[in-house]
Amino acid sequence: MTLPAAGRDMEDGTDDDPDGNERWALALSAIDILAAAGNRVGGVLLRARPGPVRDAWAAALAMVLPSRRLPGSADAEALDGGLDLTATLAAGKPVQRIGLLQQSRGQLLLVPMAERLNPALAARLATALDDEAPILILFDEGDPDDPERERVLPALAERLAIHIDLNAVRLPMAALLAGEVPPPLAMLAEPGATAKDPETALSVAAAALGIASIRAPILALRVARAHAAARGAAGELRAADMAAAAALVLGPRATRLPPPPEEPPETEEEPPPPEEPPPDQEPPPDEPPPPPDDSAGDEQDQPEPPPIDPTDVVLDAAQTALPPGLLDALAAGTMRTPPKTSGASGAKQKSITSGRPAGVRPGMPGRGARLALIETIKAAAPWQRVRPARDDGRLAIRSDDLRIRRYIAQTQSTTIFAVDASGSAAFARLAEAKGAIELLLAEAYIKRAEVALVAFRGTDAALALPPTRSLPRARKELAGLAGGGGTPIAAGLDLARTLAEAERSRGRSPLVVVLSDGRANVGGQGNASPQDAALASARAYRLSGIACVFIDCSPRPRPLGAELAAAMGARLVTLPRIDAKSVVAAVKSATAAIGNI
Amino acid sequence: MRMSFPFTAIVGQAEMKQALLLAAVEPRLGGVMVFGDRGTGKSTAVRALAGLLPPMKIVPGCRYSCAPDDRSPCIEGCRERAGKRTETAQVPFVDLPLGATEDRVVGSLDLERALATGEKRFEPGLLAKANRGFLYIDEINLLEDHLVDLLLDVAVSGTNVVEREGLSIRHPARFILVGSGNPEEGELRPQLLDRFGLSVDVRTPTDLADRIEIVKRCDRFDRDPAGFVAEFQDDERATLDAIAKARKLLPKVQVADEMLELGARLCSAVGADGLRGELTLLRAARAQAALGHKKEVKAHHVTEVAVMALRHRLRRNVLDETGSTARITRAIAELMAV
Repeated sequence: MTLPAAGRDMEDGTDDDPDGNERWALALSAIDILAAAGNRVGGVLLRARPGPVRDAWAAALAMVLPSRRLPGSADAEALDGGLDLTATLAAGKPVQRIGLLQQSRGQLLLVPMAERLNPALAARLATALDDEAPILILFDEGDPDDPERERVLPALAERLAIHIDLNAVRLPMAALLAGEVPPPLAMLAEPGATAKDPETALSVAAAALGIASIRAPILALRVARAHAAARGAAGELRAADMAAAAALVLGPRATRLPPPPEEPPETEEEPPPPEEPPPDQEPPPDEPPPPPDDSAGDEQDQPEPPPIDPTDVVLDAAQTALPPGLLDALAAGTMRTPPKTSGASGAKQKSITSGRPAGVRPGMPGRGARLALIETIKAAAPWQRVRPARDDGRLAIRSDDLRIRRYIAQTQSTTIFAVDASGSAAFARLAEAKGAIELLLAEAYIKRAEVALVAFRGTDAALALPPTRSLPRARKELAGLAGGGGTPIAAGLDLARTLAEAERSRGRSPLVVVLSDGRANVGGQGNASPQDAALASARAYRLSGIACVFIDCSPRPRPLGAELAAAMGARLVTLPRIDAKSVVAAVKSATAAIGNI
Repeated sequence: MRMSFPFTAIVGQAEMKQALLLAAVEPRLGGVMVFGDRGTGKSTAVRALAGLLPPMKIVPGCRYSCAPDDRSPCIEGCRERAGKRTETAQVPFVDLPLGATEDRVVGSLDLERALATGEKRFEPGLLAKANRGFLYIDEINLLEDHLVDLLLDVAVSGTNVVEREGLSIRHPARFILVGSGNPEEGELRPQLLDRFGLSVDVRTPTDLADRIEIVKRCDRFDRDPAGFVAEFQDDERATLDAIAKARKLLPKVQVADEMLELGARLCSAVGADGLRGELTLLRAARAQAALGHKKEVKAHHVTEVAVMALRHRLRRNVLDETGSTARITRAIAELMAV
């Protein structure tokens, strides 16, 4: 469990916080690694709220490597370069501007608020890392305790070798007040024994930690080599190099704990190759499958200290840098899967009318699209000398120059409950539906979600609660809801669908949640039975493509509910003992699915 | 540019490599979509393909890499100017950057000329550069919608039409689209998906020995790219020869009526919509036969390529949660058992 830097004497005041202490030393060692490795390791994803600790780290980094900052306003053109308009007009010939990616080649490119980076830009950075890009330093400023926080685009995070979390680190106030910048470590730590077969050790450790991506061990090896180079001993990996790579690269990516050493002799899921000798002949219990033999010859050249199998070192070191929350999640048995990029509160839509600005593109204003004036003038400007001059001396603007604004609108969701309020079970069903609505509305403020309720009983369906975000209003309107009578499923489904279509035309994402046992006894004209009418209404859902969930709440589920659900194209949930919480869970998982369509 | 990792040095990922080879042999397949987790070597494999393509003949000086034996006139009259001269060039491999502007993709007025001499001249974009070659889009699901529409349109018609600044240009843009992306980061629109001839699903290798070998090879490549590439030179050459031979053989490969029927039955059994699937299946089977030096398509050629040709064309069945691959494999097993 010893890290190269952990033994170093840190400033007093941090002794009571050994974890943060170690993290900080690790973060400093990353700086030396970057200096040695360049962009072969991609860069660093630093998780830290803006604050003195992060600033101290950035200052230490700046002492070693020149850096540039990605401006918040940066767009694709800022990264890749393009026509420099001012210079072009002044010179009367095109002047190209070099993009940030090229300008900062071989340097650092700092990206503040990386978690909010526009995905197209983040993807561009990720692609750049495969070529010759600057070293990227991403500052993820998301609140670590907020499970719904935004995250750095996984494709980008994945390509950055080093992940560091400084959220738990405290630095001594005296040093911060004095504005002292902690000097990067000079890698004085004891390098330890020679690591034999580092490739195998890192691959085995990655597998044991549940890291699927093959890029992780590859990057870890590069980091280990850079660490060795920073020690001034490139070409020979020691235990300290492996430990640093494990703590910086593998640990933060872990999705599970490695099996404890007391357990049978595999450290990974894969069964050991059959030719492996019996475990009792293997001195360390964590021995990986036999490595290819080519390493055997080299060992003789290393008389002292004796080469070690570094897998234990790697696993131990990785465990000092496990992602925060992993242990809790494992203990609770709920391994957290990162949320999908689209939020659960509705699908994201490119919009030309409203939402967050998302750049500009050529196009005609009108029909809701707004002219981007500056961009239009910029597009027209270079052509002024070519185009015939206007008599009035004004800019000659053609339709090709017109640029319109684009926005990304977060579509908001409307959950429409269609509740069977008929028969004897009506009371329980209605009560739980009301409970579910209240639970959903309690969260609605954050998600901007609305809820509506259609109740069907007797011969007809009624809109008991129009779409609303207001909890008090829902309580009031639902208080006097009556139950009992026949079951006009067709009428209920039709009304809910009409409402859903109306919501959709308002630009919201509707979700219809049907609570019923699926047995209709009212409705249908002529020869059609009530059940046939219900099926016909159900099919209309599939045609209009409205997302829906069918909650079959009959005490003994019969095929009728499943048939209706299939006809609707709905997700079927059977809840013989209906309760508000399970209803809410069903709604949430369905909403999450809509968000990803 | 960095040296690219040799195609034959990629460990595992047999399906992806096979699909890329098929696309290289039969350009009319319509490209390959590579789905997969991160860190599976998608980009590496597709980029490595660039190093493998046999050179092609072009009209000297043509900005659209026109073929000398193509009868349609080149828009710039290069063929007339060049007479009977030809030259060979590497098959173009264009990497479409995600941030690319529309101008850069379709081409635009040559600003430099326009400003200097007032001459209106078309400056070809990436689509022209990719003509007769490959257009690679990494993270295609993150591409701007309007660019996706535009690419679709050009890919279907094989022609890029530019109408702007008083220019009216139509130029050939027949390219093989190779896309890669991770479905977890945003789905691809079905219309675009259907455009791809083949699709492969790549998974991280789970075999530990493979993983160790991958790490070792990457490390060796990192430390000595030239030496590593030289080590695989023979394999690379052999693969290149195989592609060249298969391309020559391809027009001679026969497809018997039973094979046409097998293709049709397979498509209807799995519920693959449209004729495109069936056509792609048979084209892929021919390419597969050609790669195996066979002059006739056999049933195993069809079944070998069925999963990649059809996987992305199955209608979604709400009630059947079985994955597409499993559904196709099941259908093949049933058909072949009869």
